[in-house]
Amino acid sequence: MYGILTIFRKEMGDHFNSLRFLLISALIVMVGVIITSMVGMAIREELKGMAKPTLIFLLLFTSTGKLFSFVQFIGFFGPLLGIFLGFDSINRERISRTLSKLVSQPIFRDSIINAKFLSGVAIIAIILVATVLLISGLGIRLIGVVPGAEEVSRLVIYVVISLLYISFWLGISILFSVIFRSAATSALASLAIWIFFSFFVSLGASVLSDAVAPVSQTASGVDAEMLMRHERVQRLTSLVSPMTLYSEATTTILDPMRKTTRTLVLMGPLERFSMSRFQSPLPLLESLFIVIPHIISIVAITLLCFGICYFVFMRQEIRTV
Amino acid sequence: MKGEIIVETEDLTKKYGQRTAVDHLNIKIEEGEVFGFLGPNGAGKTTTLLMFLGLTEPTSGRAKVIGFDPTREPFKVKEKVGYLPENVGFYDDMDARQNLRYIAKLNRISGEVSEKRIDYWLEMVGLSDESTKKVGTFSKGMRQRLGIAEVLIKEPKLVFLDEPTIGLDPDGTNRMLDLIHSLSREKNITLFLSSHLLDQVQRICDRVGIMINGNLVAIGPIEELAKKKLGLDQQDYTLEEIYMKYFKEA
Repeated sequence: MYGILTIFRKEMGDHFNSLRFLLISALIVMVGVIITSMVGMAIREELKGMAKPTLIFLLLFTSTGKLFSFVQFIGFFGPLLGIFLGFDSINRERISRTLSKLVSQPIFRDSIINAKFLSGVAIIAIILVATVLLISGLGIRLIGVVPGAEEVSRLVIYVVISLLYISFWLGISILFSVIFRSAATSALASLAIWIFFSFFVSLGASVLSDAVAPVSQTASGVDAEMLMRHERVQRLTSLVSPMTLYSEATTTILDPMRKTTRTLVLMGPLERFSMSRFQSPLPLLESLFIVIPHIISIVAITLLCFGICYFVFMRQEIRTV
Repeated sequence: MKGEIIVETEDLTKKYGQRTAVDHLNIKIEEGEVFGFLGPNGAGKTTTLLMFLGLTEPTSGRAKVIGFDPTREPFKVKEKVGYLPENVGFYDDMDARQNLRYIAKLNRISGEVSEKRIDYWLEMVGLSDESTKKVGTFSKGMRQRLGIAEVLIKEPKLVFLDEPTIGLDPDGTNRMLDLIHSLSREKNITLFLSSHLLDQVQRICDRVGIMINGNLVAIGPIEELAKKKLGLDQQDYTLEEIYMKYFKEA
């Protein structure tokens, strides 16, 4: 425990002193502020002379405005943040030959990897919380609405999910930094995984669903059953990607109007009627129930990733260290 | 002070796949001595040191370092045993003092005591004036001396030095050897020195062991080995002659 704390403190110091940390946080803060000001001003224009609708505050985070929403930005940039913080954490010490010195001190070997991972998680948490607070503050000034308890809880859950998700990417990059001796190789390998999950999985999902359940246009319209099957295959395949898990979880948590994580919902006339008559937000607990499987999956892959990383590091022959 | 056994091994063996790096090593080191561990590159010297520290597990056999089994209780061993790896590395963006402070913290040395020891050892290795310079700017000799200070911060009973003088200029080598010599004499620290620079080993070591291809082919005081290998009458032997004889036989 003592060893973890000492290494953790040093790693935190290293992060704070590094130009990399400064650049990343500056970028996230800058983009966050720009998006919020644009969205906030648009909301203020629209709300002029109107009673404030409920849960308007969350729109600051989910409304896309002219470019993209803050949530989309974190969904895209978050993995890069994790990768930047971790890709050279172990092999940097190996190249500078400090790792063999470190393991010959009276500390447990796993405190090195634990402390490195935890310090990365702490940095991510600091960046996320700071940015969300900054946006909230700016939003309160811009639209003049103070978030209620439910909005705050939804934001807290959002931050927690994001933290877990970005930690997953941190784990991936630390894993590669254990495996590869060169920092450049490990950075590229992490980026390759990121590109694979963000672009190719969704591409593969649509190809696979077209192959398994082709939707054919007939004279009588589209076969509903086939369409559902097509959709199901596509969804299941794309859920392989942690990005899909994350974006479904966060959009559902931050948008109480969403009643399901599915993008396609088949409705009969009665359902459509009831939807239009009783359009009201879901309570927080219900939203949470919808995304619980997603959250558990994200926790699982994050732990799994760190577990593999831990295992590989502990089993590595010290000679190669 | 001599007499107590501080390192003892029993058929210590390490295999990497098919290759045997260390083959049934039996060695005894007494407290307070300076032991030179000789052998060509790749003879298994570093592997032996790593096993002594519990950093790699022996395939078979046992070792006992300062009374503990390094495989079972690496923590206890590492608390009282220092290890200076070959080409020791530092955090180049920190200064000498910060590097030492970090290692002291990892050894649970409290703030006040550690500052005192840092001052003392920086003085001893002659780096007091450079203590606030970034280690990245240090020369090879300064790095090696800082490495010695770092190992001694925890006040070890036993220090393993892996090629401590390699890559140093003649002046640096001399200073390093004097420092090592004084450690043994004044601080009663047992030194286990792995090297293949024979003239230096001859200058400072009480006893030597020669390792070739994982086998310890000879062990004992230098004079004794000289008698055995070069004949009784020879007086002005060098360790190199002895070593070459063993090397050719193996």
